[in-house]
Amino acid sequence: MAKYLLLKHYRGAPPPGHDVPMDRWTPEEISDHVQYMNDFAARLEESGEFVDAQALAPEGTWVRYDGEGRPPVTDGPFAETKDLIAGWMVIDVDSHDRAIELAGILSAAPGADGKPIHEWLEVRPFLSAPPTITE
Amino acid sequence: MSTVDEALLRSLVPGVLGILVRRGADFAAAEDAVQDALVEAVRAWPAAPPRDPKAWLVTVAWRRFLDATRAGAARRRREELLDRVSAPGPAPSTDDTLQVYFRCAHPLLTPSSAVALTLRAVGGLTTRQIAQAYLVPEATMAQRISRAKRTVSGVRFDQPGDVATVLRVLYLVFNEGYSGDVDLAVEALRLTRQLAGIINHPEVSGLLALMLLHHARRATRTAPDGSLVPLAEQDRARWDSAAITEGVRVLQAALARDQLGEYQVQAAIAALHADARTVEETDWVQVVEWYDELVRLTDSPVVLLNRAVAVGEADGARAGLAALAGLDASLPRHTAVAAYLHERDGDTATAARLYAEAAHRATTLAERDHLARQAARLHARG
Repeated sequence: MAKYLLLKHYRGAPPPGHDVPMDRWTPEEISDHVQYMNDFAARLEESGEFVDAQALAPEGTWVRYDGEGRPPVTDGPFAETKDLIAGWMVIDVDSHDRAIELAGILSAAPGADGKPIHEWLEVRPFLSAPPTITE
Repeated sequence: MSTVDEALLRSLVPGVLGILVRRGADFAAAEDAVQDALVEAVRAWPAAPPRDPKAWLVTVAWRRFLDATRAGAARRRREELLDRVSAPGPAPSTDDTLQVYFRCAHPLLTPSSAVALTLRAVGGLTTRQIAQAYLVPEATMAQRISRAKRTVSGVRFDQPGDVATVLRVLYLVFNEGYSGDVDLAVEALRLTRQLAGIINHPEVSGLLALMLLHHARRATRTAPDGSLVPLAEQDRARWDSAAITEGVRVLQAALARDQLGEYQVQAAIAALHADARTVEETDWVQVVEWYDELVRLTDSPVVLLNRAVAVGEADGARAGLAALAGLDASLPRHTAVAAYLHERDGDTATAARLYAEAAHRATTLAERDHLARQAARLHARG
């Protein structure tokens, strides 16, 4: 078993196959899209492969340490930041192939005209705990 | 008795479940009933310890099973069954227990399902404990287990199962190591020991020996800060000598039967390491011979990779690099092995570059940090 992160991007991913921005969809199309995501998560729970799903606000704040006794420095958001994560799903599956298969299904979520948006998803394996037996 | 002996309680689980199934209970329903009986035991036993814990569990689990089976048509049969359970039954058969092991490791199941079902139905762990051990939500684990139960519920056991399937599952559990409240390595060891008590099979002994020999080194495998300590740097004085003694004894008895298998060979390699008081005393020539045997048995590229390390120790780094040369560079840990052998060969620059590359490719956090430290060590020197 291995955990994988299926990463959705607001920005930074290659352009999707079906590139109509969400604000040009009809409200029903947006509802259908959300429903597809929820159904997908529910099916994963049913198959015993669901771990977590979260969405992120598009804008955040950059923070860094600014020395002893000083409050942290904040900055941003930076418009030039290339990579902007929209959300993720964490799955626990038997193989890398299965992770790819599931990401493919998730990427088929419907958009404008009810057609799959062919969105690029990034599939990243988790670093796990080391196995007991190595040699 | 103020608290329940959980180890005793859980050791009875597969036997109790096996009896219910033999009496004709559906496996999935019987398994639920046994879990209910465990909860009831934890509640009732402190005040009223049973004279015969197993018989108590069988009685309570059977009643739970009957209560859950409410089909009207079954009611008459139910009373007959109740009569049967109150009568002194035949001596519990180890075959019942063994069949539970086989069912939970059935080839119809995916590895993760077989692991989860084994921990619950053979190990007696709760779904919550298993979910915590594998870091998934309890609802996900509950579904995984219930699907697995549905998959194997109707399987008939007309022929003896293949013990190799069970061993693979137990090996997977052991290799998961320690995460959370449940110590999976200890649990795998317990279940393998229990299995060795009911079936006389050299590979079961081989796996038990392998687990004991690895478990013996456990305390020394990680530093207090969680970083990996390689075999060569482990404090051998802290290895668990009782576990090593038992592992070697179990292994020798298995090898004497002359039916070699991969677990016995892996255990033999682990035993050679355990035998050496210092890393320099390791009999690497014999280690290589056992790896040759393992290659013959498994034809696994990962084994060939580990063999290259052993060749490097037995015949020098050049020989190790030669053994590595023919292997697929995309194998996990291939780059790490190459880095190690190049360092032993005195090529520090290449080793540093390869260690950094290996860290980038590592699949575990501890391994990544360890490899990054090796690269940093060589850079600092050069």
